[in-house]
Amino acid sequence: MHPVLRTLLQRLALGALTLFAVSIIIFSIIEFLPGDFATKTLGQSATPETVKAFEHEIGIDRPAVTRYLEWIGKAAKGDFGASFASTGDTRRSVVSIIAPRLRNTLFLASLTALIAVPLALGLGVLAALYRNSWFDRIVNTLTLTTISSPEFFLAYVLMLFLAVKVHWFPVLSDLNPEDGLTTSLYKAAMPALTLTLVIVAHMMRMTRAAIISLLASPYIEMARLKGIPPGQVIVRHALPNAWAPIVTVVAFNLAYLVIGVVIVEKVFVYPGIGQLMVDSVGAHDVPVVQACALVFASAYILLNLLADVISIVTNPRLLHPR
Amino acid sequence: MTIAARPDTVITGLPKNRGALENLRRTLARAPVSAWFGMVVIALYVGCAMFAPLVAPFGEGDNLGDAYADWGAPVTNEAGARIGTFLLGSDQLGRDILSRLIYGARNTIGIALATTLISFLVGGTLGMLVAIRRGWVDIVVSRLVDTLMSIPTLIFALMLLTVTGTSVFALVLIIALLDSTRVFRLSRALAFNVVVMDYVEAARLRGERLGWLIRREILPNILPPLIAEFGLRFCFVFLTISALSFLGVGLSPESAVWGSMVAENATLISYENITPLLPAAAIALLTVAVNVVVDWFLDRASGLRDGQ
Repeated sequence: MHPVLRTLLQRLALGALTLFAVSIIIFSIIEFLPGDFATKTLGQSATPETVKAFEHEIGIDRPAVTRYLEWIGKAAKGDFGASFASTGDTRRSVVSIIAPRLRNTLFLASLTALIAVPLALGLGVLAALYRNSWFDRIVNTLTLTTISSPEFFLAYVLMLFLAVKVHWFPVLSDLNPEDGLTTSLYKAAMPALTLTLVIVAHMMRMTRAAIISLLASPYIEMARLKGIPPGQVIVRHALPNAWAPIVTVVAFNLAYLVIGVVIVEKVFVYPGIGQLMVDSVGAHDVPVVQACALVFASAYILLNLLADVISIVTNPRLLHPR
Repeated sequence: MTIAARPDTVITGLPKNRGALENLRRTLARAPVSAWFGMVVIALYVGCAMFAPLVAPFGEGDNLGDAYADWGAPVTNEAGARIGTFLLGSDQLGRDILSRLIYGARNTIGIALATTLISFLVGGTLGMLVAIRRGWVDIVVSRLVDTLMSIPTLIFALMLLTVTGTSVFALVLIIALLDSTRVFRLSRALAFNVVVMDYVEAARLRGERLGWLIRREILPNILPPLIAEFGLRFCFVFLTISALSFLGVGLSPESAVWGSMVAENATLISYENITPLLPAAAIALLTVAVNVVVDWFLDRASGLRDGQ
């Protein structure tokens, strides 16, 4: 078997195993709930019969392994059971709560990726081209600041300047399902910009470092001696060989969005899955928290897996073994 | 010709052995501006945290008057006499923002420091232990840690806090546990390089116990990179705790914590009032300062982080 294929299969199997283990961890948090949990959730007025029925539904009276298999089997089909939070007598299904919000969060994440990735690559190439100039130093200082700042600091600074001082964007991103694409883009602009600031720094620095480390190689020297202009040297000769570390760090940063999105959604009251998770933590709504955690953890694991896979298939030493 | 050792010979013209204090002075004198900036900022924060009751004009939870008072508004007592000034305004319950910022240093840094210490105690010890024992213990613990690390910290913490309920105790333990996985990875990797040394083998043959091996043979040799890592992990823990308290799942609202102070006063932003940015900026400034000092430390002991 080709060594790349073998490494790749090993990595994919490990990823699947990790997903399985993580799903067990997420499932098992329900085991650690305090004993009087059912009574608390249903309120003081609950009769012993309703408590019993509720306990039977979440299945405390059945063995954990059976319940896990049931839960993961249903989750694979997209059924996460019913939310603990009740409105009157009916309890909404977790899916009906999560689905529209997941769509919003994916919209925000893709918008961020669309802005951040080209911006980071462009800035990285420019910083490498004009390295040690004023431009390079300013970009470096700015990105270092955004790396060190908490997400909500960046969010409120942007809000103060772009939404309050000059009214370019709305203060709150209360996305509605009826909104058209333009309105949605307009409302999601501020959270997307904040997330861009959060992830652009790391990607841009990696691009710059990857290119600069190549500039000392003989073939770049050759290209320069041929008289090719510096910009061409970087874009045509250095960049193609720098892709592996850059793409890895891009995937890694997109995985980091999982964390950033929770905080930024809270700041801008963006109706996404991150805000839902935070609200459900306060309400002790375990099924919703579990579903959100499973979505976030899967996204995180899959993007990291993607980063690994890319770094494996673009590694020339693995591709062309002696 | 051989020269006999003469202990009473005094060689003149050579400097005496420098003491630790003198070494420290010389190192500091050569520190770059950025490192100085970082150290001064950290010293200021620590000073505020330690002497909060002396520095702060008012108490942490005192309701002093109007909610959302302007910067520089007077503070009056019940008789109407002026007893001070809201230098940075007041919050939604009429508490002095400046005082809460100062007490916030104590609460926020204290909690983050305690968490990081527990995390290093657990993760560091476990990492060294596994490096000494190896075999199936190493495999089991490492796989477990890998799995825990594959869930983002913030998400994992939110999930656990749903079950435990929100309290300082739960918060510290949960973050320390989650963060110790990262410390474990580093301490295990570092300790693996040391346990193969002859002097560790000699200590084992002498019949030294596990505690001795960890404390006297391994720990002193992996300390510098661990100290640098302590700074970085502190930043990470500090930011995570701030994020959680900002999200409102961290701590009780009475005690001043920078993260929740941002959330409490967030509405002021709409009125072009920058008060909510102050605690957020305080968080950012400390993170930058610690990072700068760690950078300098690593630079001095350069090569320490190679291959990690």
